[in-house]
Amino acid sequence: MSEADESAEDPAIPVEDAAVDRSTPLEVEGLRKTFGGIVAVDDVSFEVEKGTLTGLIGPNGAGKSTTFNLITGMHDPDDGAVRFNGEDITGLAPHEIANRGLARTFQIARELEEMTVLENMMLAPKGQVGESLWRSVTPGLRNDVRSQELDQLERVWEVLDFFEIDHLAEEYAGNLSGGQRKLLEMGRALLTDPDVLLLDEPFAGVNPSLEKRLLAHVHELREQGYTFLIVEHDMDLIMNNCERVIVMHQGRILKDGTPTEVKQSEDVIEAYLGGEV
Amino acid sequence: MSATGLRDRVADLGDRDVGLVLAVLAVIYVVYVLAGVVFGYSLRGQLNSIANLTFYIGVFGMLALALNLHWGYTGLFNIGVVGFMGIGVYVTSVITKPPVAQGGAAQVGGFGLPLAVGVVGGVLAAALFGLLVALPALRLRADYLAIVTIAFSEIVRFTMMSRTFQTFQVPDTVLGIDLAADTVGLGGGGGLILNYPSPLEALLRTLFLWDPYLGFVGFVESNLIANNPKPVVDGVVYGLVLLLVVGLYYWLLTWTGKSPFGRVLKAIREDEDVANALGKDTNRFKLKSFVLGCALMGLGGILWYAGRGSITPPSFRPNITFFVWIALIIGGAGSNTGSFLGGAVFAALLYEGPRYFKNLVEAALDLGDGPGSFGQAMAAVGSLDPVPFFVYTLNSISQLRLVIMGVVLIWLMHNRPEGMLGHRKETASTIDLSRPDRRDAPEEAAATDGGERP
Amino acid sequence: MGVSETYVRGRRLVVDQPLAIVVGLIGLWMAWFLAAGLAAGRVQFHDVAALLWDGLLRGLIVGLAGIGLSMTYSILNFANFSHGDYITAGAFSGWAVTYLLAGLGEADVGSLLLVGAGGSVFGGALGIGVTTSPIAVAAGAVVAGVATVALALVIDRVVYRPIRDESGITLLITSIGVAFALRYLLVFVFGTDVRGTTAAGFVPRASVPVVDGTVRVTAHDATLLVVSVGLMLGVHLLLQRTKLGKAMRAMSDNEDLARITGIPTERVVRATWIIGGGLTGVAGYMFVLWKGTLGFNDGWLLLLLIFAAVILGGIGSIYGAIGGGIIIGVTASTSVIWVPSEFGRAAAFMVMIVILLFKPKGIFGGRTTA
Repeated sequence: MSEADESAEDPAIPVEDAAVDRSTPLEVEGLRKTFGGIVAVDDVSFEVEKGTLTGLIGPNGAGKSTTFNLITGMHDPDDGAVRFNGEDITGLAPHEIANRGLARTFQIARELEEMTVLENMMLAPKGQVGESLWRSVTPGLRNDVRSQELDQLERVWEVLDFFEIDHLAEEYAGNLSGGQRKLLEMGRALLTDPDVLLLDEPFAGVNPSLEKRLLAHVHELREQGYTFLIVEHDMDLIMNNCERVIVMHQGRILKDGTPTEVKQSEDVIEAYLGGEV
Repeated sequence: MSATGLRDRVADLGDRDVGLVLAVLAVIYVVYVLAGVVFGYSLRGQLNSIANLTFYIGVFGMLALALNLHWGYTGLFNIGVVGFMGIGVYVTSVITKPPVAQGGAAQVGGFGLPLAVGVVGGVLAAALFGLLVALPALRLRADYLAIVTIAFSEIVRFTMMSRTFQTFQVPDTVLGIDLAADTVGLGGGGGLILNYPSPLEALLRTLFLWDPYLGFVGFVESNLIANNPKPVVDGVVYGLVLLLVVGLYYWLLTWTGKSPFGRVLKAIREDEDVANALGKDTNRFKLKSFVLGCALMGLGGILWYAGRGSITPPSFRPNITFFVWIALIIGGAGSNTGSFLGGAVFAALLYEGPRYFKNLVEAALDLGDGPGSFGQAMAAVGSLDPVPFFVYTLNSISQLRLVIMGVVLIWLMHNRPEGMLGHRKETASTIDLSRPDRRDAPEEAAATDGGERP
Repeated sequence: MGVSETYVRGRRLVVDQPLAIVVGLIGLWMAWFLAAGLAAGRVQFHDVAALLWDGLLRGLIVGLAGIGLSMTYSILNFANFSHGDYITAGAFSGWAVTYLLAGLGEADVGSLLLVGAGGSVFGGALGIGVTTSPIAVAAGAVVAGVATVALALVIDRVVYRPIRDESGITLLITSIGVAFALRYLLVFVFGTDVRGTTAAGFVPRASVPVVDGTVRVTAHDATLLVVSVGLMLGVHLLLQRTKLGKAMRAMSDNEDLARITGIPTERVVRATWIIGGGLTGVAGYMFVLWKGTLGFNDGWLLLLLIFAAVILGGIGSIYGAIGGGIIIGVTASTSVIWVPSEFGRAAAFMVMIVILLFKPKGIFGGRTTA
């Protein structure tokens, strides 16, 4: 993308800060997954450090999204382990993983079309007492539900304001543009109060100005202490914004290092120039 | 200010719905009363007609509401509705029917418990079977779930018909409890005779209203309908009870829908993976939704059939399921108000309407008996006399109304798949979701609301 | 196989396992019950053989009608709930012609064309049978096929084509509307009575010896066998040897891709209805010839068995539909060995439900259409 130099001037570009806690909330070890004999992900291991922006790049079909799905429980790995905040979460159901504080967005934004933006947002928070059928329909208990929802609502509007989609609050999510959906999805993920956010191609199909906005949001959130793992196949974008880059190719990790290290790697250059981008 | 504004808006929404429902019902009833006038009905006739209409509006409204929870909210494609209805009413009957005396060999008795116990048992049984179906089947995709549920409802019907379950001998004591029942069962193809007090009587006795009610019937007898008015009054009052129950369904399902629980159901309907990724245990939600809906279908079945003299397996053919579906689609899946309206419109227009139309035409024109078969009707057309064909068509109206239903369903899917009130925003929350700190700025809040209702 | 993998599998199967074990135990019990019964003489070999024969023939009908359902399910991506009423429509149109040809001069044309509605003419009285009135039967079978093709094409043009791009569920609901309209239009014209169609007493039969007795095989059994196997072979050749067959298979795999690669999809859709409709109509006709009665509910009652067969065999696979049909037919017929006879159909449904739960892609490894 030609916006690379613009992003390079972004003030929020990672600044190494020695004081930051360097623990690793997300650890992946030896992940492997085959689909009908085809190896989609093969012996993938990496760690994501707290409060960082880590990029996962690779050409189409490199196994990035499958890796995401293995981490978030959408697929069960054939082998390997995923640890989150020290706990083995391999093979847990997606909702169990999400509830531990690992939120994700989808490659093709999957908004809940016939729900308003507000409903989408209100859905996200964890521990809603009103998710019990019993509480929702019992007159006395419904008041607890209401007061909790009122608290949630404040936070929802904060997030809507933060992502500047408050003017769309009453719209059906299905009526949003592609970029707006990405914002909605990220906001929704944020409302689950996660430790780590996994963003699957958050910038695909987003126009340049919105891309800049999204990036600014990501950097701002990172500074607030959120941890990001971002899948992208636009190399420049990742190189200019992440402090660490993991390159995947044909299901394997080709290179894992700083953007500078990755740029200089022979393997990466070959994979990207040799294969289709 | 803020609080009143909020209340006004809620009331406004409520009023719109109440107004809409009342308007539709008013139109339906006026048309039916006018038809009665044309037929020259006496007061008894009018009341019978009204009672009958109300009955079907009630049961279809209830069942459409229950199905809306499955399909409209959760996206569960259940086409086994009639199976759960059947389970409800059969279990109620077996629990409530009086025991037969020893030696009454051919007869099938029951446990002779109060009707209230029977109703609770029937609803619980429907819920239990719902759970049984749901546990394995809810992870299937929609069309497979459809096939499993309709197969289940047919298995239920085969069970009702089977000789194997026709009669059972009940042991004299179970776990030390002396049971009055001797021979119970599902009655096989002949069905069950419902020889227990009418549900209306049981209800009124429970509420200590039975004597006042008899007094009221006496009043009607001496002032309005001279000869045996009780069946008519029973019918009208039972219809009113049904409408009351519809109100309860509506209230329960609206609260279910307008809550965080309902929000998750909607999310499952839209995209289950997303709901999962947001930490919702979607299987549990689907299970609860399915079981609750099945329980309500069971109760619907009980209220439909338990007041009849008897129940037989052919009443529980899949046709009923599709009636409920058509009602829901007319009203608009996803909207509770729409579901009830769909039930009412279906009952008045498609279910009962054609018969009234036939009577109306027959009252207007004296057409005679008409031909007995399509061949004779066509033969007359061949000799340029369309009247016999017309009369044959009228006489076949009870079959043709199913053709009409089919055509209406096709038309709706082509032209208005969202029904009357589908796509409407019935926001799934217990609270108003507009910006909390903007409640003081009415203009702006109103502007945001502009798009709320199409 | 790592330990963790086994653990993961184990976790996910916690819900399934009890069911799988129950199914396995039921299977074992059934095998033991049959073996013990045969050994003790409680179950006779020739009875089992007769049930198998009956099940095979029933299964051929289900399979023949299932090919069409399976094809539309995979190519048009929806479960067609009106398929059963195509069967009925085919049967009525074919039998109207058979009645006409067999009874011309013996009864008035109207009654004959209405297949003796209201008891005006009886098939038995007309001496209908494959040996007694072969031309009427052959012509009826052909007309049943042709009429069903025409019906399927008209309905597709009017009902399904305008909403071709809608979701499978929209189409499914629409097909329920079609089923209602079609079934009760048939009732409007032909009435609700179930009529006897063949002169059962005049059908030649043979007794085939089996271990401890005989199995009766009639000329109508044989006709059904020959016709359905012949048609199935024909479809096999059509799909394997012609360009059309290749296009159809491509489209059932991926419609969008097929469209991009220039396969004229509407033509393939039409061909699907023609082949599927034709087979369905003939299946309906043969079903009535074989069982000797005709009523407006015949096809609808068969529909769920056909769905069972198609799912069992894997949606989109015609061989799966045939194999599934035979399994379902045999299940429904032989189930009386283990369960009361009124649960024959229920047993077939249970098999289908179990397959859906454990192997939703069908037992022949067919593919699903997402």
